[in-house]
Amino acid sequence: MSNSERPSQILRNLNAKIASIPMILTALVVFVGGTAWTVLYSFTNSKLLPRLSFVGLDQYHRLWSTSRWLVSIENLLIYGAISLVFSLVIGFVLAALLDQKIRFEDTFRTIFLYPFALSFIVTGLVWQWLLNPDFGVQRVVRDLGWTSFSFDPLYNSSIVIYGISIAALWQGTGLIMCLMLAGLRGIDEDIWKAARVDGIPMWKTYLFIVIPMMRPVFITTLVIIAAGIVKVYDLVVAQTSGGPGIASEVPAKYVYDYMFFAQNLGQGFAASTMMLLSVVIVIVPWAYLEFGGRKRG
Amino acid sequence: MVDVASLSTGAQAPRRDAAGPSGPKPRHALSRRNIFLYGTLIVVALYYLLPLYVMIVTSLKGMPEIRLGNIFSPPMEITFEPWVKAWATACTGLNCDGLSRGFWNSVRITVPSVILSIAIASVNGYALANWRFKGADTFFVILIVGAFIPYQVMIYPIVIILREIGIYGSLTGLVIVHSIFGMPILTLLFRNYFTSMPEELFRAARVDGAGFWGIYLRIMLPMSLPIFVVAIILQVTGIWNDFLFGVVYTRPDTYPMTVQLNNIVNSVQGVKEYNVNMAATILTGLVPLIVYFISGKLFVRGIAAGAVKG
Repeated sequence: MSNSERPSQILRNLNAKIASIPMILTALVVFVGGTAWTVLYSFTNSKLLPRLSFVGLDQYHRLWSTSRWLVSIENLLIYGAISLVFSLVIGFVLAALLDQKIRFEDTFRTIFLYPFALSFIVTGLVWQWLLNPDFGVQRVVRDLGWTSFSFDPLYNSSIVIYGISIAALWQGTGLIMCLMLAGLRGIDEDIWKAARVDGIPMWKTYLFIVIPMMRPVFITTLVIIAAGIVKVYDLVVAQTSGGPGIASEVPAKYVYDYMFFAQNLGQGFAASTMMLLSVVIVIVPWAYLEFGGRKRG
Repeated sequence: MVDVASLSTGAQAPRRDAAGPSGPKPRHALSRRNIFLYGTLIVVALYYLLPLYVMIVTSLKGMPEIRLGNIFSPPMEITFEPWVKAWATACTGLNCDGLSRGFWNSVRITVPSVILSIAIASVNGYALANWRFKGADTFFVILIVGAFIPYQVMIYPIVIILREIGIYGSLTGLVIVHSIFGMPILTLLFRNYFTSMPEELFRAARVDGAGFWGIYLRIMLPMSLPIFVVAIILQVTGIWNDFLFGVVYTRPDTYPMTVQLNNIVNSVQGVKEYNVNMAATILTGLVPLIVYFISGKLFVRGIAAGAVKG
């Protein structure tokens, strides 16, 4: 509908404008203003309080030569790769299994999805308990007689990030399954009939016909997973607090610790700007195409 | 974005029952295919249920039994003491009044945050769908792109703003923060819903002389109850489960439940009481779990919409 056809335009829109003040303030002050502020102050040497004394790219140089940051980035990449691959594969396979016109579909779906209702803190603490080497899975297997069995991912710095990924997958795959199931339900039944008539085996139909048809669902799912990966924080705090040592640190935790504990604001700002940069490169082009380009119709 | 509406309806949609004989071909119940299919699903379901089971079982055991026994075995002697202790006397720092403090803080945070964020976002969505003014779409695009900005980038400027207003560390401050960060996804949800409503309704009300608020309160609001329910589910679970904002914008005596839970379980002093920890963990997860089991399919719709939030 076009506004210009109606008389007294300014008055008519006044209420809508007043009602939109919170949105406008949020968009301009918090999202644009806050982001610009943080980026600007990442070029200063702010310590306890933000100060505008510029030091160029010093904070970034320091950031990329801090071993804790490098470990964080490495962990994020491993965690991200595991999350992407496994949640897509597990989510899709579970959705495909549920799509076989089975009984108790709702029950199974409810069970697969319930961890998603729980917070990362709860998830992290449960898995911390399950993976506890003195009481958890390792102890149970050893009690069964296999005394050399070793499974202590949260206490072994070389594999701790995999231990965190186990918990993350338990919490998040249900959602991916639901998105995939919605995608599968959108595939026309005639496609299946045609494939059956042609004698194409089921796995081939999935791989070469159904999955390519679900491209939009996969793209959305990828973006959702990617957005979650960059933000990972609570899970690590609950499960290991970044330990042992700095073995399971992640960028979001680096930012928080430097801003609120180490009182080195400049480092925190530089690290958060790097997080922003990674999101801009991966996600924003997609978001613009998806939401910005779509007009009301 | 997946079409959110199709998620909830997809399961019941009768697309498979086209003309002709319907229902699956009669099959042998114990065919190899069925054994494989249900076998896999049941094993996976058990894996997903295992942590919940272990949580419950552990919270009902006494410490001696935990030290000696197997985490998977059911309790020999059921005790509710860990639950009582987790709720009423577990210590975080100097406070020894248990998780109850965090629970009530979370209630005081969640209820106003849910109401405020949904009120703001629904009016926003309504304005964007029916009363578009020049520049409205620009702000909307900024809002949506903003949903993808890592919170870490905006935390500190908000600390400064809240400190200037004088509400940093208070529950009010946290409520405002939740309303701000809930806005993008909720506005999108409401805008898409209001856009899909027949425009004739809006036009007829205009002809009858109803204004901006009149149409919102008397027509849009009563007709969009389902989407309000979805928004409530989304916000209650999201805000209850929040940790980052809680830890940044509150003080120890206003900590929400998740933050307090983490402090109780991961505190380094004292002997670890795993049964109390697990009781506390269940207590914290209880509210979103209840919301989940009651809301059923609407929950799927809500999280699908909110998943973008990350």
